[in-house]
Amino acid sequence: MSAAMNFMRGEPDKRDRMLVTPEGLALPLTVGSRGARAGALMLDIIFIVLGIIVFFIVMGLLGFSLIDVGESGGAGPIAEFLIILVILFLFLARYGYFLWFELGPRGATPGKRLLGLRVAARDGGQLTAEMVIARNLVRDVEVFLPLFFLLGGGEDQGVAGLAAFIWLAIFVLFPFFNKDALRAGDVVAGTWVVEAKAAKLKEAMSLAPDRSRDYQFGEAELSVYGEHELQVLETVLRQDQPEALRDVAEAITGKIGWRLGQGDEREFLEAFYAALRAHLESGMRFGKRKRDKFS
Amino acid sequence: MALSLFRKNEIEPPADIEAASLRSDKFRLEREVDWQRLDQIVTALEKGRPKRISDDDLLNLPVLYRKTASSLAVARETSLDASTLDYLEALVRRAWFQIYGPRVGFFGWLKRFFLGGWSGAIRAIWLDICIAFAVMVAGTIVGWLLVARDQEWFYALVPGGMAGGRVPGAPREVLEETLGHQGGADGLGVFAASLFSNNTGVAIMAFALGFAFGIPTLLLLVYNMALLGAMLWVFDDAGLGTEFAAWLSVHGTTELGAIMLAGAAGMHVGRTMAFPGDRSILSAMQSAGVRAAQVMAGCTIMLIVAGLLEGYARQLVDGTGARFAIGGTMLVLWTLYFLAVRSPKEREA
Repeated sequence: MSAAMNFMRGEPDKRDRMLVTPEGLALPLTVGSRGARAGALMLDIIFIVLGIIVFFIVMGLLGFSLIDVGESGGAGPIAEFLIILVILFLFLARYGYFLWFELGPRGATPGKRLLGLRVAARDGGQLTAEMVIARNLVRDVEVFLPLFFLLGGGEDQGVAGLAAFIWLAIFVLFPFFNKDALRAGDVVAGTWVVEAKAAKLKEAMSLAPDRSRDYQFGEAELSVYGEHELQVLETVLRQDQPEALRDVAEAITGKIGWRLGQGDEREFLEAFYAALRAHLESGMRFGKRKRDKFS
Repeated sequence: MALSLFRKNEIEPPADIEAASLRSDKFRLEREVDWQRLDQIVTALEKGRPKRISDDDLLNLPVLYRKTASSLAVARETSLDASTLDYLEALVRRAWFQIYGPRVGFFGWLKRFFLGGWSGAIRAIWLDICIAFAVMVAGTIVGWLLVARDQEWFYALVPGGMAGGRVPGAPREVLEETLGHQGGADGLGVFAASLFSNNTGVAIMAFALGFAFGIPTLLLLVYNMALLGAMLWVFDDAGLGTEFAAWLSVHGTTELGAIMLAGAAGMHVGRTMAFPGDRSILSAMQSAGVRAAQVMAGCTIMLIVAGLLEGYARQLVDGTGARFAIGGTMLVLWTLYFLAVRSPKEREA
């Protein structure tokens, strides 16, 4: 559920934050959940590994068997160039991938983008290149060292291995000990990861034929419901599922004491939605808001 | 994403505005062309293709942004259309990220970085650099003294693979040979690239470990320098002290300088964490982190230079004097650059 909806209903999510733009407009932000961030990281690592695999396949297809070059010793200039390429590619895969994508206009790696996340400056100001560099340098201790540690069987090294494990675990678990899910790199750089989903503009609701003459609702019938119910009704109408329409129409007619003919549900609900929204919005203009049916 | 390929460029004007029965829907229909125009501009910016935006749109961007922001403010107070509110909120947020996003591109940043950003950041952490330098000198002396007292320490400090014949009591000829050059330039590029990759990893770790109050950084510096001290003793014992120093200085002044700066940057962050001063710990760490990041970006460049010097110059140039000359020149150049380059006065604060 979006931050705005929760905010309006007065039941703020633990991850909702308010950001005030220079225009003085309060803009709700939602801090990315730890699960989504872990998922994004895993996706990114998968992309990196896939990229490395593809890179080596391409190298193989080019006809230069790197292993042969290593064994024969007498590397020609082309083979030498290829080895340099491999070293630089592996280096860039480790340090360059995150840096490159987070410096882009979306402020997100492909994994973050897929999960609707982006990096932002915590103080609401600009996200600068230095911040992105700082948060990604610390990533080395937070992600890659633990990863190599696990892959390399570092846990077999007795006391030193255990110490290293605890030490790395502090970094890995860091996001679980603060409310903004900041990792150590975020703290150093002054950044955080927030949700950045794009929404599509849907059809206006009151373009349906005006039926206010066929269905006329009185003050008492419209004051049964509040904004929350109106927005639930909006969702139901937009989804347009016959059974859901049927159920909701029955619930409403039951509540206001109407009887409805078969097949008129959508018409009735559209008319009721328009009337209820007009009623609630006119209340809003006079500063009266009704959050839900209980208020 | 795929849909935008087929999306028409023109924005369709909304259906008959008068047909809408609700006032808040009329409000929306009257303004949605502007919103969608902003949406298109923001999408193009997000995709990194600002060239697709027409001049007209670009000139209107600030106006469109303010209009949409004020639409959102009005809609919050007058409309109960949840999907429109969600759309506007997402749109204003995206536009805000683009408009208040980084204003300098990569090359602009690079220019600012070389013309003062880097050297300024280095001058700002002078105290940490002094500490790092002292620690490195101490580490070298410790390594030297340990091996001088008991040669078994050498094997404890230096990993077997790295020593490669350079052990205490090795014949002078063997040691001399390791300092000589290996002939032609074949394979030196690979050597330089792998040195760069390896050294940068060490430098980044020295920085990243600074997060824990800088203590692991100090340990890393001491260990690496003790290794150097031990090696120095071995060569000095064989009467090759000066030759070894010359051999090392070719790239060492640059490489050890970079590692010193990386350690200092890590320590700067760690020290700020321990002593944030009169600011909150988070904001103090942020400014320290951003300053340290500039130093670190510079370290990468220094390590590229060091890798090239180590891979090519050291292997191709023979003779103690010439090697000292290269190393000394690099040291002077770096020092002058860091001390002399001041950032030009910022036109916009």
